[in-house]
Amino acid sequence: MSLLLRGGRVIDPANAVDAVQDVLIENGRIARLGPSLEASAETEIVDATGKIVCPGFIDMHVHLREPGQEYKETVATGTRAAAAGGFTAVCCMANTNPVNDNAAVTDYILAKARVEGLVRVYPIGAVTRNLRGEELAELAELAESGCVAFSDDGRCVMNAGLYRHAMEYTLPFGAPLISHAEDATLSAGASINEGVVSTELGLPGQPAAAEDVMVARDILLAELTGAHVHIAHASTAGTVRLVRDAKARGIRVTAEVTPHHLVLTEDAVRTWDANTKMAPPLRTKRDVEALIEGLADGTIDCIATDHAPHALSEKEGEFDRAAFGIVGLETAVAVALDRLVRPGLLPLATLIARWSRDPARLLNLPGGALTPGAAADITVLDLDAETTVDPSRFHSRSRNTPFGGWQLRGGPWMTIVGGKLVRAASP
Amino acid sequence: MGWTRKDLLSMRELDAPEITLLVDTAASLQEIASRDIKKVPALRGKTVVNLFYEASTRTRTSFEIAGKWLSADVINFSASGSSTSKGESFIDTAKNIAAMSPDIVVVRHSSAGAADLLARTLPCAIVNAGDGAHEHPTQALLDLLTIREKKGHFEGLHVAIVGDVAHSRVARSDIHGMRKLGMTVTVAGPPTLIPPFVQELGAKVSYRLEDAIGDVDVIMMLRLQQERMTAGLIPSTREYARFWGLTLDKLARHARPDVLIMHPGPVNRGIELAPEVADGPYSVILDQVSRGVAVRMGVLLLLAGRKAGDSA
Repeated sequence: MSLLLRGGRVIDPANAVDAVQDVLIENGRIARLGPSLEASAETEIVDATGKIVCPGFIDMHVHLREPGQEYKETVATGTRAAAAGGFTAVCCMANTNPVNDNAAVTDYILAKARVEGLVRVYPIGAVTRNLRGEELAELAELAESGCVAFSDDGRCVMNAGLYRHAMEYTLPFGAPLISHAEDATLSAGASINEGVVSTELGLPGQPAAAEDVMVARDILLAELTGAHVHIAHASTAGTVRLVRDAKARGIRVTAEVTPHHLVLTEDAVRTWDANTKMAPPLRTKRDVEALIEGLADGTIDCIATDHAPHALSEKEGEFDRAAFGIVGLETAVAVALDRLVRPGLLPLATLIARWSRDPARLLNLPGGALTPGAAADITVLDLDAETTVDPSRFHSRSRNTPFGGWQLRGGPWMTIVGGKLVRAASP
Repeated sequence: MGWTRKDLLSMRELDAPEITLLVDTAASLQEIASRDIKKVPALRGKTVVNLFYEASTRTRTSFEIAGKWLSADVINFSASGSSTSKGESFIDTAKNIAAMSPDIVVVRHSSAGAADLLARTLPCAIVNAGDGAHEHPTQALLDLLTIREKKGHFEGLHVAIVGDVAHSRVARSDIHGMRKLGMTVTVAGPPTLIPPFVQELGAKVSYRLEDAIGDVDVIMMLRLQQERMTAGLIPSTREYARFWGLTLDKLARHARPDVLIMHPGPVNRGIELAPEVADGPYSVILDQVSRGVAVRMGVLLLLAGRKAGDSA
């Protein structure tokens, strides 16, 4: 079985390619790239003229909620949302029920993904048992079972001594610790950012320092241990500055940022819409500017959605009691293309690199490049597609997005995983 | 001008003419309190539900009396011993109450934004009777009515709001209302009890009681809640009372002789207010409470009147 993507603009940052080329896929792998490729009679030909052909996008931070919270999301629905949103692979966080802190849960997730998954699923194991922050999970067995990183995401490992040991213990595995950097003593009780909006609304806020303090700690521990620490969902100008300085000093720190932290500020909370509530919270314009600058200059290595599905009943009530988090898989690419690339804040090739080459590199995943012989994981973008975000049409089981009704230009057009079409071309 | 809003949710959303209309309406209703028969037929056939999710004596009673003097049917719903203890959500309870066709729902809730949430969800008029640390507009209105009665005007007056401003919905509503009417507001307290960026709401900030009360027409003392101490915001109520408690001695030495002392209640005697100040000649604390009924009558009347006007 073979497929030919004809006439698209191929942007493959890992191989320094930006040219109009055909891409021939055979037996699930990339066979050849080049101008006007010959195709056999049985080859399916897709006219990709005017479209952008890139390495498959990897979302290194999602919550698939399975096992345990299948009413929010499952491996099946979450990977369908990923495929629809232009992603060929996702990394799923460990805060399931039971927690992915042992090989049995990892095996379960991978088995589900094999049978029901539409895109590749890479589990992330917990750092500590039951995410309690008290004793290490069985990290070696988690790594052996296929976990590509370790994180207590959703919670911060407050015990610096324990976190140091986690860094040291995982050194041989080549898998980073992903830090949910939030000092719980500085963020206790907070729903939103501490600032003028929290004062006006009377909602308890957490200062940017709640994140910065932990990022600084994690960088110092990475320096001490030589481990690779990855900062999840960076939200502050302080994090950008700390990571930039640490990288300049040769410390193994990387970072990701979500689309919502790149395009929304705390002002959005004035609507009292609980879909503006997430951890870390939406910050200020100054933070947003620093995050975009950091993403552009490589201080921040990738974009990740922190796709966090919640049922309507967990989001429709009182703001301070609503669950933290929003879904992102089905809006991320369109939001980023419309609000970052189109206004010229981020070059298209940089956006593609931050969503393919760079997450693949920092997690040692296959993919991230359109190299002949590699698995054919390909995302095709249509920069002219006009969409209005309609949560009722999401493939995700949850609808908790602040982007409902947004009119966006540009978005995913086709998603290919292992040579198989998992998102057909939009009309 | 007339009243056009469906709900009364915050002082922040009101403009000066709307605030003046509310205060004037309340002033005109005050005399009902001194009548032999305290009842007018204005809201006959209207139903007012007091939906109270947080303990309250003063505010709930005040709304209840206001509704009854206007001849409305007033129903009190409090969270304890009702459907909420059976696990029903706030939104579900509210929708069920709305299904019984009340005209006005008065809501008190510990969560900021709860009144806005109801206003977006229910078709009836919503009155915010205090939502978390967000706003308490009828308290600000009764403060304004009391100040105008005692001082004769608003423009140019200077008010000090002293104490736990960070957790106070009254402070927020007062700041918005007073600023819109041309008053100067200084908030004062230990820095841990002053919210960040409060200057952007239009208030000045002072960290010394003696400075804050020196040149003001009104001192609004706020209640200090015990849990602020366990949260590490202040070392002890003893220390707080010593540095931030208002005593006759401090008043005599630093304040103007014609200053008004106000407090939204309930008062912690001996902590933020010395008993002889609470009961002393400067204090208008009980005047605030009586004006509260008039303010709530005015609010109910204007909200119900808007509905009648629409259907006419």
